[in-house]
Amino acid sequence: MTDKLITAAIVVVGVPAVLIGYIWLTEQVIRILPEKQKPRVRPWLWMAPALAFLALFLVYPMFGTFLRSFQNHPGTEFVGLDNFFWFFGSADALSALKNNVLWLIFLTLFVVGFGLLVAVLVDKVRYESFAKSVIFVPLAISMVAAGVIWLYMYQYRPPGAVQTGTLNAAIDIFGLGPVPWLQVQTFSVNTFMLIIVMAWMWTGFAMVIISAALKGINPELMEAARVDGATEWQVFRGIVFPLLVPTLVVVSTTMIITALKAFDVVFTMTSGNLNTNVIANQMYAEMFKFGQYGRASAIAVVLLLAIIPIMFFNIGRFRAQEAVR
Amino acid sequence: MTAVSAPREMAGPKQGWFARHHIGVHTALIVLMVIWAIPTIGLFINSFRPATDAFGSGWWSALFPPYNFNFENYAHVLGQSGIGTSFLNSLFISIPATVIPLFVAAFAAYAFSWMEFPGRNILFVVVVGLLVVPLQATLIPVLSMFASWGIAGTFLAVWLAHTAYGLPFAIYLLRNFMGSLPREVFESAAIDGASAVTSFFRLALPMSVPAIAALAIFQFLFVWNDLLVALIYISLVNPDNLPLPVVIANLVSSQGAGIEFLGAAAFLSMALPLIVFFSLQRFFVRGIVGGSVKG
Repeated sequence: MTDKLITAAIVVVGVPAVLIGYIWLTEQVIRILPEKQKPRVRPWLWMAPALAFLALFLVYPMFGTFLRSFQNHPGTEFVGLDNFFWFFGSADALSALKNNVLWLIFLTLFVVGFGLLVAVLVDKVRYESFAKSVIFVPLAISMVAAGVIWLYMYQYRPPGAVQTGTLNAAIDIFGLGPVPWLQVQTFSVNTFMLIIVMAWMWTGFAMVIISAALKGINPELMEAARVDGATEWQVFRGIVFPLLVPTLVVVSTTMIITALKAFDVVFTMTSGNLNTNVIANQMYAEMFKFGQYGRASAIAVVLLLAIIPIMFFNIGRFRAQEAVR
Repeated sequence: MTAVSAPREMAGPKQGWFARHHIGVHTALIVLMVIWAIPTIGLFINSFRPATDAFGSGWWSALFPPYNFNFENYAHVLGQSGIGTSFLNSLFISIPATVIPLFVAAFAAYAFSWMEFPGRNILFVVVVGLLVVPLQATLIPVLSMFASWGIAGTFLAVWLAHTAYGLPFAIYLLRNFMGSLPREVFESAAIDGASAVTSFFRLALPMSVPAIAALAIFQFLFVWNDLLVALIYISLVNPDNLPLPVVIANLVSSQGAGIEFLGAAAFLSMALPLIVFFSLQRFFVRGIVGGSVKG
C-alpha cells in the first residue's frame, strides 16, 4: 500500500516538479554564460529533453530494428536477407499481408465514405452536435473495449438456440442465419467483420475533420450556384466535393496508417486465428510466441517501408503550408 | 449519398413538402445514429443483467418487464478480479504519460516558435516525418534498452515510451499554435526585460491553453486506451502493473472464468474516457481538427 502511495506522490507532484525544475535550472546555467553565447545555447537547452526522447526512443530504435532485421534470432550473426525471404515465403506472413491490404482499402473507403456522408447530413439539421457526439463517441474508448462490445454484436449460437448476438438476432427475423461471423473465412468475411469494428470507431474522426472543412467553404459560392438553378446534388458534385478533396486526402492518409498499424482489435477479437492475422499481430507472435526477433524486425521494416511514402507526402504538404504561412 | 440528394434533386426550384423538410436527410441520419449507438447500448444493458439472463436472451429482452437489473457484475469486477488494481495502474500510467510529453513538447515548441537557431526548419521537418513512424518499428530495441537499464515492467518504462511516442504530434500541434500567437506580445515582454522562462510561463503557456487542453485530452485517451505499449513493456515482466486494456484483453482470450463480467469490465474502462470526452469534447474536436488541417 505504501508503494502505491509513493507512486501516487511521484505521479502527481514529483514529475511536474522535475519538469519545471529543469527549465528553471537551464535559465540559471544560461545566466553564467557570456551575453553573446546566451541566445545560441538557450534554444538547445529548451529542446534537449524533446530531442533526447525522440533520438533515444524513436530514431535510434528504428535503426536498431533495421539492423536487427538482417540478423538471426539471438542476434549473434548477420544472415543477409534471410528474414525477408522468410517473410515473402511464409504462408502465414503473406496471409497477414493480404489482410492488411484489405484493411487498408476497405477501412479507408468505409471511414472516408461514411465520414463524408455524416458530415454532409449533419450540416443540414438542428441537432447537429448531438448527432456528431453519437457518431464520435466510439473514438474515445479503447479498441479493446470496442472489441468486447462487438464480440457481443457478433455472438453466435447454434441454429435453433436463442440468438443473443444482436446481428444474428436481427437476420433471424428474416429467417436467415445464424452466421458465426468471426469464423467464416470465405471471402475473408471474418476480416471484414473486424474492419467494421475499426470503421465504427474511426468514422467520427473523419466526420469531424470533413465537417470542419465543410464549414470553411464560402456559403456564397453555393448560394450563387443555387440561384443559377443548380440542384443540391450538382452543388455537391461541382463545388463542395472538389473543395473537400484535399481534406479527404489527409483523412485517407491517416486511415491508411491506422490500417497498416492495426493490432488491438485483431488481438482482442480473434487473436489472429482463422486467417484474420495482420502484420502487426504476426510481428507480436514472432516476438513473444516464437522468440524470433530477427523475423519480427523484418516485419517491422516492411511496415515502415509501407509508411515511408506517406511520411514524404506529409513533409511535402507541410512545406507547402509553411510557404503560404 | 443518394439518400440525401435524391429527394432534393427531384425537388428543383419548386420544392415539395418532403424535400422542404429534409425528410430524407433526417431518416438517413437517424438510421445511422441508431446503428452507431446500438452496439454500446446493448453491452451497457447486458452489463447490468445477471449472467444467467445475459446468456439466455438478447439485451433487448431486458427492455420489457419483468425487469431484472443489478450492480453485481460491477461489484464483482471492482472487488474480486484484478480490475480494481488495474484501474489504479491505468491512472498511474496515464497521468505522468500525459503530463511529461505536454511539458517537454511545450518547451520544444516554444523554442521552435520564438527562438532563432541554425537548423530549426530541418529539425522541425524531422519531427513532421516522425509523426507517422509506426511504434512497432521501435519495440524490440526499446525493450532491450529497458531491460538493460533494469526498468522493464515498471511504470517509468511506459512513461518514457509514451512520452516519446506522443511527442511528435504534441510538438507539431503546439508549435503551430504558439507560432501563430502575436509576435508583438513576446517582443514587448522582452523589451520589458522578461526572461525566456517568464514569457514562457506568463505568456506562451496561458495563451496556448486551448491547444494544450486538446493535446492533454488526446494524449490521455491514447495512453489510457493503449494496449500494445503496455503489452510489450509491462506484461511480460511484471503482471502486477498491468493497465485495464491488457487485463480485459486477457479476460477475453481466457474464454473461461470471469467471462460473464466482461461487459462490466469494459464499461469500467470506458467510464473515464467517456467523462473526459463529454465534458471536454470541444477541446478534443479542436485538437483533432488542428492536428490534421492547419488553421
